[in-house]
Amino acid sequence: MVFTGRLVLARILCAAGLAALAAEPTLAQSNEVNIYTYREPGLIKPALEAFTKATGIKVNTLFAADGLAERMRSEGSNSPADLLIAVDIGRLQQAIDLGVTQPVKSEALDKAIPAQFRDPQGQWYALTLRSRIAYVAKDRVTDEALTYEGLADARWRGKICIRSGQHAYNTSLIAAFIARHGEAKTETWLRGVKANQARKPSGGDREGARDILAGACDLAIGNSYYVGLMRNGKDEDQRKWGNAIRTINPTFEDGGTHVNISGIVMARYAPNRANAQRLMEFLISDGAQHVFSDLNYEYPVVNEAPLPDTVKSFGTLRPDTLPLNEVARNRKAASVLVDKVGFDN
Amino acid sequence: MTASATAPPTARRTASPSGALFRHDRFAVVGTALVAAIIAAPVAALFAIAASGQDNVWPHIFGVVLPNALLDTAALLLGVGLVVTVVGVVTAWLVATCRFPGRSLFDWALLLPLAMPTYIVAYCYVEILDAFGPVQSAYRHLFGFVSRRDYAFPEIRSLYGAIFVMGMVLYPYVYLCARAVFFMQSAAVLDVARTLGASRTAAFFRVAIPLARPAIAVGVALALMETLNDIGASEYLGVQSLSVAVYATWVNRGSLAGAAQIACVMLLVVVALILLERFGRRQQRYSGSAARPHDRGSPVQLAGIKAWGAVAACLLPLALGFLVPAGFLLREAAGLIARNGFDPEFLVFVRHSMTLAGSAAVIACALGFLLAHAEQHARGRALGVMVRLTGLGYALPGTVLAIGTMVPLVALDAAIDAATRSLFGLSTGLLIMGSGAAVIYAYVVRFLAVATGTVETGFHKISPHLEMAARTLGRTRIGALATIELPLLRPAVATAALLVFVDAMKELPATLLLRPFDFETLSTSVYGYAARGSFEQGAVAALAIVVAAFLPVLWLARTSRIPLPREMVALTSWEGASH
Repeated sequence: MVFTGRLVLARILCAAGLAALAAEPTLAQSNEVNIYTYREPGLIKPALEAFTKATGIKVNTLFAADGLAERMRSEGSNSPADLLIAVDIGRLQQAIDLGVTQPVKSEALDKAIPAQFRDPQGQWYALTLRSRIAYVAKDRVTDEALTYEGLADARWRGKICIRSGQHAYNTSLIAAFIARHGEAKTETWLRGVKANQARKPSGGDREGARDILAGACDLAIGNSYYVGLMRNGKDEDQRKWGNAIRTINPTFEDGGTHVNISGIVMARYAPNRANAQRLMEFLISDGAQHVFSDLNYEYPVVNEAPLPDTVKSFGTLRPDTLPLNEVARNRKAASVLVDKVGFDN
Repeated sequence: MTASATAPPTARRTASPSGALFRHDRFAVVGTALVAAIIAAPVAALFAIAASGQDNVWPHIFGVVLPNALLDTAALLLGVGLVVTVVGVVTAWLVATCRFPGRSLFDWALLLPLAMPTYIVAYCYVEILDAFGPVQSAYRHLFGFVSRRDYAFPEIRSLYGAIFVMGMVLYPYVYLCARAVFFMQSAAVLDVARTLGASRTAAFFRVAIPLARPAIAVGVALALMETLNDIGASEYLGVQSLSVAVYATWVNRGSLAGAAQIACVMLLVVVALILLERFGRRQQRYSGSAARPHDRGSPVQLAGIKAWGAVAACLLPLALGFLVPAGFLLREAAGLIARNGFDPEFLVFVRHSMTLAGSAAVIACALGFLLAHAEQHARGRALGVMVRLTGLGYALPGTVLAIGTMVPLVALDAAIDAATRSLFGLSTGLLIMGSGAAVIYAYVVRFLAVATGTVETGFHKISPHLEMAARTLGRTRIGALATIELPLLRPAVATAALLVFVDAMKELPATLLLRPFDFETLSTSVYGYAARGSFEQGAVAALAIVVAAFLPVLWLARTSRIPLPREMVALTSWEGASH
């Protein structure tokens, strides 16, 4: 029969599939540590490799854009996850709210990380800081300092580029605004920023720099480290975007610059708890902190860690003192406001 | 799984019209119910999650989100629907019934955009058409503009951009379905129309299209569902579709239940639309006769301006949906390999992708065949409903579906774990969730609709009389299935397998979330680069998806119009004569 050949092929495919899958590591062993991460692991890989080299503990990672905390909750006590890494305080808080985490008590962590950047109960710890800053056109903007409040000024009408208001980086900034000024004032402000948009929110932070170079806008809101990535990257185009802009660390009128974190939590049913804590402590060591700021141009969370020149070039960072738990708490209200003022429309 | 194939001999006694053959066949019903239960479990889980919601998301959704999201979504669906229908049907018609330069090339090449993941095409077009893309740069250079503000240029990051990108990538669904039907349509039908005084154009609109309607509807439905559940491209292009609202509700407002509620309502709307379409053609019979090769009528030779018009009509979608984005990727990939060399780890990703997609294709086809077969032979209402239930996964946003998928899988894992513990004192942990099996399951749940729909279309082309004839001539049910229906369905089944394979190769959200530790596929590795903001570096993997999907698409093009074996032709013609 004509069909036989294809059936055989199908069987081979199936068998090959099962064999290949069986060969994948499935269960956690004691000399391992398993990380679920919302953060693309490519950038933290060097730090994880250094950890394995130093301790002999193998690190397994699972990266996904969404749903990892839900996966941990579904998996329950069988979950292989030891740690969860996220690049936004909201994501960490969400995992805590879902009940998939456990507090960590570590003198090393408490000593190295400033109180503002860890949970008082030890539920989450920041690993790095990233400020939400302004990229401005080198040739068209002369300001030396800016406030977030001022982004709603009419002088910026049609001149601001920003990504979707529903992106975590912006939601957190708006949540911080709510924590400082209340919802009513935030709504007015958001409407002002909306009116100042040069284009519909889209793309990512780098596109803001690109659109500045193109002349489509004069000011873009973006995370600090993208500037380093653009300027030092291999991509010639991106280097041009990065060099077309100047950075300003805006502040709240009565505060500092909005800072978000990349952070880590311990899974509630972590099967390799000791290894996991060891890794947490390793990640705030000088070597690992150096990797983050050297490769990804983030601010180290540990005060004493030296800053690479690129990060220094972003100017002096004065982080806002608003507790990050406050930011996380106002995230929902921020997301609602974004829809309400039609920020992304 | 083979419930209907191992039908009891009692069926033989009811030698009455084919529809009745299986009416009381409990095996078919039970088998279908079982498949439906397994496949619909994630959707059911999602409804359960939706029902568990405590905070009411609807006032916000109705008051603030819907007025805008609904408009954007409706405009997007309408636009994409229009584009894929016009492009798909026109190109299919040209290729199937006309002769013009490059026809045999276009015949398969028009399928190529299927190989392109939508979000990658969106990235490519933003690169190409944005302010610094080659197009606008040339435009500026040509007219001496300095800044982006000096001139007007259509913005790719817009609703129109999204309609353009999705229309150009998704039209092959319609092309594929329509082309198969146009090839099989008996020339006699068209000849009759012509004899009755209809022009070629009139015959096309009043005979060929209405006859092809079920197939076109399947293609359009698939394309629109893909559009509806897309998040990646929509978000990147700045379109506020409902899926983006689902996402914001879940991730930013911390309400998975609320997100599930919106997703479920969207799902019900999709179901209503599908039912409406089916209701619209409930009284019509389309099976009729498949054409014999010599009955197909010779293709019309186009000449002069008409021929070049046909070439242009086929070349344009091919270029926009495939050549341009693939060319862009090729350039990026070549540059990357020249700079960094070729990373052999990459071949592992290829293996992972092929394994998962291949397994899913085989399983989805087997199940799709079973379902379509059961539905074809037992026309009970309950059965039809169950078959439709299995297609629901296709209409849900991928990540949301993945969340639903975890629920039954983890429950099963827990049961296995408990059983092995009590029997052998061994803990298996998360056996399924911890292996790639979860991903395969999610693919099958998601893409079964594609397989069932395609096989069903194939069944519609086979007259039930064929099987009856075989049975009269002493074949058993299985015998008739094996010697008559399967061979006749070969193109349809092959098409189904390849569609699922290609779709699974491109799938991202479920793959990301359900995969095991340290497990990369081509699509997750592309996404990894995109997440780092340097999707250009993922060009090699993106191109590999295209190439890996390219070969099956070639094969697909060949199989889906393969001539029927000689014996089949004899039977078909006999059957056709009896009408």
